[in-house]
Amino acid sequence: MTQTGNNTTLEAHELECIRDDRILFSNLGFRLEPGQALVLEGRNGSGKTSLLRILCGIRLPEAGMVTWGATDIGKLGADYHVHTAYVGHRDGIKLDLTPLENLAMARALGKPSDITLEAALEKVDLCGFEDVLTRNLSAGQQRRLALARLLVTDTVLWILDEPFTSLDTHGIKVIEKLLEQHTASGGMLAVTSHHAVNLNNTPTQTINLSA
Amino acid sequence: MNSDSLTRAYTLLLKRDLILAIRRRAEMLNPLLFFVLVTSLFPLGIGAYPELLETIGPGIIWVAALLAAMLSLDGIFRSDFEDGTLEQFLLSSHPVSVLVLAKVLAHWLITGLPLLLVAPLLGILLGLPADAIRTLLLTLLLGTPVLSLLGAVGVALTVGLRKGGMILSLLVLPLYVPLLIFAANAVDTAAAGLPVTAHLSFISALLVLALSLSPLATAAALRISLS
Repeated sequence: MTQTGNNTTLEAHELECIRDDRILFSNLGFRLEPGQALVLEGRNGSGKTSLLRILCGIRLPEAGMVTWGATDIGKLGADYHVHTAYVGHRDGIKLDLTPLENLAMARALGKPSDITLEAALEKVDLCGFEDVLTRNLSAGQQRRLALARLLVTDTVLWILDEPFTSLDTHGIKVIEKLLEQHTASGGMLAVTSHHAVNLNNTPTQTINLSA
Repeated sequence: MNSDSLTRAYTLLLKRDLILAIRRRAEMLNPLLFFVLVTSLFPLGIGAYPELLETIGPGIIWVAALLAAMLSLDGIFRSDFEDGTLEQFLLSSHPVSVLVLAKVLAHWLITGLPLLLVAPLLGILLGLPADAIRTLLLTLLLGTPVLSLLGAVGVALTVGLRKGGMILSLLVLPLYVPLLIFAANAVDTAAAGLPVTAHLSFISALLVLALSLSPLATAAALRISLS
């Protein structure tokens, strides 16, 4: 999964984000190496989601740039996206499809991982729900299905916007374990969360956008 | 990414959209029902004058087809935008324009193809001669994909707006006008027993142009809408 050298370093240089004439953050920089996690904190509306969307390449920063292995992600395009997986505010799953159909689509959009779709569902504790319409799952189960998307493609950088929303304490533990396994095997994380993120043994940088 | 995985993504996305359409049948039937109702109300509204109906028939059918397509356009990207799957397409490792093409093809299969199937019946209803009905089908076959392709650009531009419906019509309708003029005129010409090769060539040219350019424009528009 991991590549050698600087090929898998995510760096942000002097990022600035303006929304409705308000500067959310400026001169923001950080460096994320394989095996590390970045946790973004801040009040509602402080720009956490905007920053994640900039890291994904969906949104352009007003100033500064994000580089992946020293190349601007805007220039890399699909060559960057093949290394990233994003679970946003919205789940990115279709309610009228079954969990298996949703994961099959998610897998086809990226570079497939070795794990089977059923195994991915098992890892997020959704065993037995393979052929139920996603619409009939609870909010927490839907969220876990969205997070199962991370497992079906082979990616290094996971960008997660409030991954623990609507999860119960058990669900949070399950997901935290997945995140730990990901960083332990050389993956990278960029996470926003209202809850405290407990990642044992993972070097974690915290950026507070309200400060 | 190699072309194998791109082909797989393309077919899977096409299949996904068709499955979704079947699971939401009511939405799928809406444009078709609209097309049939509007066309069949005209004879009731203006009276059963065979010559008059034959004259305005091609225009009626094409205007109804165009409005039926407009009615269904929003569905190409709206629900994907709302549940966040559209973002996933933009973040995929495949060219977005190819994924867009799969979605547009699905849209045409769901909303354009059914129009083709009922159009002969409506042609008979309006008393069009056999030659004109054959030309009507040809123009619809070449023209309805253009409606989906051009419409996709408009939808992609307006999908981020909460009430984009009005702007969508204003954006897309002018682009539909050349097609409407040539298609309706082709059917008229065929009814008069004259050759329509020139009309059909022009509509084919529109189709080729839309097929090659609109996926690129749609992909770019989606990036703008989602940023």
